[in-house]
Amino acid sequence: MARVLINIPKEARKGEVIEIKVLISHPMESGQRRTDSGQVIPRKIINKFVCTWNGDEVLSVDLFPAIAANPFLSFFAVADVSGTISMTWVDDDGATQTELASITVT
Amino acid sequence: MLGRRSVLAMPFLARAAFAQAAARVLVIGGGFGGASAARALRRTDPNVDVTLVESSPVFTSCPFSNEVIVGLREIGQQRFGYQGITAAGIHMVQGTAVSVDPPTRRVTLNDGSVLGYDRLILSPGIDIAYDALPGYSEAAAEVLPHAWKAGDQTLLLRRQLEAMPDGGSVVISAPANPFRCPPGPYERASLIAYYLKTNKPKSKLLLLDAKDTFSKQKLFMSAWAKLYPGLLEWVSLSDGGKVVRVDASTRSFETEFGSHKADVGNVIPPQRAGRIAVVAGVTDKTGWCPIDPVSFESRLVPGIHVIGDAAVAGAMPKSAFAANAQAKACALAVVRMLGGAAPVEPRLVNTCYSLVAPDYGISVAGVYRPVNGLLTDIEGAGGTSPIDAPPETRALEAEYANAWFKTLTSDVFA
Repeated sequence: MARVLINIPKEARKGEVIEIKVLISHPMESGQRRTDSGQVIPRKIINKFVCTWNGDEVLSVDLFPAIAANPFLSFFAVADVSGTISMTWVDDDGATQTELASITVT
Repeated sequence: MLGRRSVLAMPFLARAAFAQAAARVLVIGGGFGGASAARALRRTDPNVDVTLVESSPVFTSCPFSNEVIVGLREIGQQRFGYQGITAAGIHMVQGTAVSVDPPTRRVTLNDGSVLGYDRLILSPGIDIAYDALPGYSEAAAEVLPHAWKAGDQTLLLRRQLEAMPDGGSVVISAPANPFRCPPGPYERASLIAYYLKTNKPKSKLLLLDAKDTFSKQKLFMSAWAKLYPGLLEWVSLSDGGKVVRVDASTRSFETEFGSHKADVGNVIPPQRAGRIAVVAGVTDKTGWCPIDPVSFESRLVPGIHVIGDAAVAGAMPKSAFAANAQAKACALAVVRMLGGAAPVEPRLVNTCYSLVAPDYGISVAGVYRPVNGLLTDIEGAGGTSPIDAPPETRALEAEYANAWFKTLTSDVFA
């Protein structure tokens, strides 16, 4: 499992715009680089990120090889109901990683 | 008819007479760059009329000021007067340049006096970009010192460390590139760790960084693992180390992912070229000064050259030694250009020593030349200290560091 950093407020007022910040440690190997012996280093990137709020999609992102290592995403959402914010990263090798955060909306 | 012709000829006469007068070069900023440039101009061509404008009567050196912070050195050893500069036949003017008028080639000082020039060399160093870090300001710097301009700030950080009880927590924040003295934050962290280990061993040091890589990284990190395990913690950008806000009232550092409270907080803030460069119109949207790497002439305003930390010098770091090397190359180019000749492509050298402990020095050297309009590192010409070296080598390098400082400051100020 890759190391993930998440910054989501634990509480928000109904209708408040909150910032969600996430960072996953990942080399984002572009597939363009070669080893000293000339062999192509195979591409291995996070190619998709999805954030949902109680199952409803908040943000879906396609990532491409030009994106730097350790992709950091920052985005905004309107706090509507209490519940669970789920974040999923999808690797080229098919592996997925999901992290959950709970938020109380009053 | 004859009379009219003689009148017409006058401007040409005037210009010819002017060409025989000494060319005037004005240098603004009496740090390592400007003072070196003034001296190099006089050495290269004793006929050039050189004026150096500097607001402070005494120069305080940033290199080795990290040693002052931890009590290994006194601030007096960092200070240099301008007697040597005056003795070299340079006109010293104490004042602050407040405006530059490139079309008439005139500079106005804070006292209202006006100085003309044929060529202007700006060596203004850095300004702290207070607006680039929310919560930071001149007032906040009295609580969370930057100590990135040597002097009162250096002493303030020293007093804070001395007053901190054992078991306290020191937090340092390091900015994204580019900034003055790339290894500086890591040398400072090393020496503060040394101070804590020696005097206040229950304390902790947290270094929050807006970068994942830094100068002499392997050398620093292997030294930290050896000398300061459990005491010094480096938090990289990808570990959430980027500081996005500071709060002087609570001495706290807010990162993208958390908050850290300090007993002593040192903000090494984002920086930009010194103010006069902005006023002269030689900075671009990055806040720094793009230059031609052969002549150091501004790419934005002809007749103005920029050297030292304020310049965009490609692969060359913003260091005192680099400023000294650039000053010499720039002075040669300026003298040639004043004589109507084309400047000659320079080779430039930088060397930089850092102390990880008083008897543990590491170094980096680089050689640079212009390639496609940028100063570029000549591969294989420079290098760093070996990663596996016995303590004797590190001790020797610490001595070399002292010799480096003496040599450089003598070259510029003696």
